[in-house]
Amino acid sequence: MNNQMPSTDDRPVMIDVNDVTLAFGPRVIQHDVSFQVRRGSIFAVMGGSGCGKSTLLKSMIGLLRPTHGTYMVQKDNYWAGDDDSRVRIGRRFGVLFQSGALWSSMTVGENVALPMQMFTKLEPHVIRQLVELKLGLVGMLHAIDQYPSELSGGMRKRAGLARAMSLDPDILFFDEPSAGLDPITSARLDELILNLRDGLGATIIIVSHELSSLFHIADDGIFLDAEQKTAIAHGSPTWLRDHCTDPTVHAFMHREQLDSSSSHGNG
Amino acid sequence: MPPRNRVGEVAALRLERLVKTSVNGAPQWHLQPEANRTLVTLSGDWIAQQGHLPDFPESGFRDVPHGEPVEFSTDQLGKWDTSLISFLWELKRTAREDNVQLRIDTLPESARKLLDLLPEIPPTPAPPPPHKFQPVTAVGQLTLDTLNEVGCVSEMGAAAAKGGFAALVGRGMMRTVDLMSDLSAAGPAALLIVGVVNFLVGAILAFVGSVELHKFAADIYVASLVAIAMVREMSAVMTAIIMAGRTGGAYAARISTMQANEEIDALQVFGIPVSSYLILPSVLALAFTMPLLYLYGCLIGMLGGFFVSYIMLDVSPLGYFHETLQALPLDQFTFGFIKSFVFGTFIGLTSCRIGLKAGRSAADVGIAATKAVVVGIVGVIALDAVFAVIANVIGI
Repeated sequence: MNNQMPSTDDRPVMIDVNDVTLAFGPRVIQHDVSFQVRRGSIFAVMGGSGCGKSTLLKSMIGLLRPTHGTYMVQKDNYWAGDDDSRVRIGRRFGVLFQSGALWSSMTVGENVALPMQMFTKLEPHVIRQLVELKLGLVGMLHAIDQYPSELSGGMRKRAGLARAMSLDPDILFFDEPSAGLDPITSARLDELILNLRDGLGATIIIVSHELSSLFHIADDGIFLDAEQKTAIAHGSPTWLRDHCTDPTVHAFMHREQLDSSSSHGNG
Repeated sequence: MPPRNRVGEVAALRLERLVKTSVNGAPQWHLQPEANRTLVTLSGDWIAQQGHLPDFPESGFRDVPHGEPVEFSTDQLGKWDTSLISFLWELKRTAREDNVQLRIDTLPESARKLLDLLPEIPPTPAPPPPHKFQPVTAVGQLTLDTLNEVGCVSEMGAAAAKGGFAALVGRGMMRTVDLMSDLSAAGPAALLIVGVVNFLVGAILAFVGSVELHKFAADIYVASLVAIAMVREMSAVMTAIIMAGRTGGAYAARISTMQANEEIDALQVFGIPVSSYLILPSVLALAFTMPLLYLYGCLIGMLGGFFVSYIMLDVSPLGYFHETLQALPLDQFTFGFIKSFVFGTFIGLTSCRIGLKAGRSAADVGIAATKAVVVGIVGVIALDAVFAVIANVIGI
């Protein structure tokens, strides 16, 4: 079966996930998941609703310890170290949560500024300048003094993106960045993600099932299956669409109904 | 892993994202006029977290001859992050103001891409409205707001009462399940704390009373003092204050969280009246359990008083019991009973109203809960004062 994209990528490996098993108590969500993310790549974690995409992301940003397997961020074994070492590695991460997860008691500007105030010794006016820059990059400068409750869903996502970039992380995690956005806003966000990758050289991991945006931006990826509870295909979304012969992946990539033999929840 | 210092750590973290691999020292720039052009040379590492970042002065392009382009030289530029973009943005804005032609295309492509995302002119944020001190306006506004609130709470109470009647006839929108769970949260679950507090209050009253009454050899009257104080005032007020903190705060937090999650909106869209679905069971639960908790509080309070008297004053149990019965005509209980019913209704209505009125963020939930407790406690004590005046007038 053809489910592994032949790789000619020689960029250095940024993230190496090896045989990771995720479970909530006795309930296994995904087992033996392995993949590598190369520097500067936009890596898509795909799969139907409820297959464990977000759970995998949770374990990669340090919210859920895998029951088995190793997760390397360059030379650091993320889960092997103590809390301090995880925090130190985590400082390189920027995370955009599904609905922004902005702190509601602070303005958008304060949201972006908080990590800088906590973790750098920059002068207040420099922080202000950088906050303006980051909000400017995502087109949210006008909302710098507004509270999250005053923003629309798309604006919250963009503000969340600005906050994720607050400390200039070199690894960005996006959880469903374009879910719930209109096509124009979604396309803008895609363009923005590409520009950020090109401009800042960041490595980006995206959890999504928005096909159009995945085809556009992702250059590598993994497909998780809810039935087999593991990764059933590796490769960029476009490659999987054009070459993968697995019926589930094929149906997913072509927005088709799966034959009745399998009944997984395809979002 | 050997320990590393902070700067070294940051540098190591950045090592992977170099534009050039050499370490070039502090970020620097300088402007240099050349034949037919002006050259801005950028050098060093532009990393925000390493501290100092240069500014571009407003008069930076003052010496650039009119019509000549400004180009960039980035040969000595080390690694950079958004701090460089921030500087270039400032420079670009200055160039725009001074009508200087900037050759952006001489920058590295990745920097140019980011620069293109930024707006040309940052919108100046609107200045906050001036905050003048206007005492008359403030008092007027406060009065209007208070009247408005009283109106809203009464209206809500009326709607809930109407829902209650409908429920009695059997066409109500209140579910028995909700009423039962609210009743159990406001009643049995509160027994322990209400008991402990009232026992201690009764004991304290007995302590304080015994010191004075002992001087007159009137020890036995501790019983009537504790009984009257508990039944008339203390049990009703203490129980109401506990319930305002415990249940009132919980109602406000619950309803404001529902508000934040758009659950209230969903109820309205379905046409389920918030007043009878949410508010009625909450208010009914408090209004029902409060008088019962009051009676229970009275009993426990007198028990506390008896406990102290028995140990300290050598009063016989039968004598204490007899004196207590002597001191308490039934109308004292009726009065306390009515009071606690009113307190319960008041706490239920105000805390639901505060929850409904709350904003939609996490901070607003906290504010609503605090406000419900404060309004509940202050309101109960104020209402108690009103009752005291009424009792005085009608002579109970």
